[in-house]
Amino acid sequence: MTAKSTAHSRRTTWRKAKSDVMMGVAVLATVITLLPLFIILTYLVLKGASSLNLAFFTHMPAPVGEKGGGMANAIVGTLELIGLASLMGVPVGIGSGLYLAAHHGSRFASAARFGADVMMGVPSIVVGIFAYAVVVRPMGGFSTLAGAVALAVIMIPLVTRTTEEMLLLVPHELREAALALGVPGWRTTLWVVARTAASGIATGAILAIARIAGETAPLLFTAFGNRFWATSLTSPIASLTVQVYTYAISPFPDWQRQAWAGALVLTTIVLALELGVRWMTRGSARVAR
Amino acid sequence: MAELLEATHDNVAAAVRPARLGAFHVRLLGDRIFNLTTLLLTLVGLSILVGLAIALVIDSTPSLKAFGWGFVVGTDWDPVNERFGALPFIYGTLVSSTLALTIAVPLSLGVALCLSEMAPAWLSRRLGFMVELLAAIPSVVYGLWAIFVLGPWLRDHVEPGLGATLGFLPLFKGPRVSVSILCAGVLLAIMVVPYIAAVCTDVFRAVPQTQREAALALGATRWEMVRMAVLPYGLSGVIGAIMLGLGRALGETIAVAMVIGNSPQISASLFAPSATLASVIANEFAEATSSLYLSSLVELGLVLLAVGLALNIVARALVLGATQRRFEGGR
Repeated sequence: MTAKSTAHSRRTTWRKAKSDVMMGVAVLATVITLLPLFIILTYLVLKGASSLNLAFFTHMPAPVGEKGGGMANAIVGTLELIGLASLMGVPVGIGSGLYLAAHHGSRFASAARFGADVMMGVPSIVVGIFAYAVVVRPMGGFSTLAGAVALAVIMIPLVTRTTEEMLLLVPHELREAALALGVPGWRTTLWVVARTAASGIATGAILAIARIAGETAPLLFTAFGNRFWATSLTSPIASLTVQVYTYAISPFPDWQRQAWAGALVLTTIVLALELGVRWMTRGSARVAR
Repeated sequence: MAELLEATHDNVAAAVRPARLGAFHVRLLGDRIFNLTTLLLTLVGLSILVGLAIALVIDSTPSLKAFGWGFVVGTDWDPVNERFGALPFIYGTLVSSTLALTIAVPLSLGVALCLSEMAPAWLSRRLGFMVELLAAIPSVVYGLWAIFVLGPWLRDHVEPGLGATLGFLPLFKGPRVSVSILCAGVLLAIMVVPYIAAVCTDVFRAVPQTQREAALALGATRWEMVRMAVLPYGLSGVIGAIMLGLGRALGETIAVAMVIGNSPQISASLFAPSATLASVIANEFAEATSSLYLSSLVELGLVLLAVGLALNIVARALVLGATQRRFEGGR
């Protein structure tokens, strides 16, 4: 054993140890990152489940100061807002996704794609201001429609980008085969290409729905909130998210208790959509960010 | 004969000239209608982006005219006397986001390295899925949890420690309350880690395997391989990912509004309540009475939009560059 090789082996040990330590740090970082997920879910189940009862789903909010009551109107309101937003957002998103995939490489399509990407980075509260300017003010008041427009605006770029990416995954030969058989271009796109990508496109749409279901900020001054049933598209409407927000920052313990219950219901809806879709597609699809 | 041959050759060449990949052949009526419809829908999406910017500029004109550049450096936020300055909110936004990134970036890099370099495929998929679940939790739920759990915990267990050891810094002085910049920053960190980590994982996965093999063949340990091959190759993408995370942190509204305390003051202490651009809009927009008040709030939104757009444009270009390089070289 020469001195040189001892020094060498000591150095190697040191380098290996350093490597192991750094990799250990990476594992530790992952654990720390995932810890809040379990803590939050545990709190939700513990605090939320004890506050959940049938009345929560079937009753209206009780008047201020009275105990009890539920969030029936907020649950229906959230569903209504999501439905209306999807009616507007999904067709636009899928349509422009079709366009972007068909004109992949053209300058306009690249610009539009970049626009959609940038749009995803617009803070949702700013989208709320936009919906206020184009819907609330002209119509003279907070409304269901305004809330749905704000959510649709958030949805469109998400659906556009996932649709495009799913379409681009379809082998080009499939399109060529259809075209060679004399199928018109638009029918090829819809009946062959889009159909092949259908489950991916649906996944994208559902993940976008899951995303807007949890939005609060753009609803604050568009859909506003309502302690009663919304009677029409032009009246303010309650939503689970805004209701949870209002109750959480209130000084009443009974409201805070209901906020936990609302948060549990909300999270269950969002995670069920997310998990369901992923289970169906076995993790192959992912939503645009 | 030669001419005929040449003509035929031209025809054939024209016929087999590859059409632009995926281009429509807009010949038939159906194609035209389809093309036009999808084009219109694309224009709807684009016009929303343009319309958004225009609407914000128009609505903030009264405030722009009244305060000019003084708006950005003004420290007063006084709705009663109609004096509006954005500096407290810009300060609150910058401090909370900086704090969030300081915590989130090292964690995200660790997660990304774990997912791309260490974990076997089956584990990596499951861990990646859990990280995405973290991103799926609605921000109002994060806010609720932070009000009742994270905030009090930080106040009772973290702030005393910080105050005792680092209390000589102005950052960690002052009374301890559960609503503070510190709480907002920590919460934001938890919320942006999934985004930064997911983009970084993509960036690291795009590093060509040959780079790793070369480093390993030279006798590098795993960490040396990461430092020599993976990190330098993905650097621009990592910077892009951090900027995307910053964009998220700046724009996050409701969770921050719930825990930051919403007081328009500039305080050096992280234990003090503050407010951000997004949180003040969320709190005051629906109650803004005068048009100048409303317009000032919209101008805050305009600042937010401008910063958000700038960050996103640069970040997406960087990330795209880092993840698509593999199609040219490597592999």
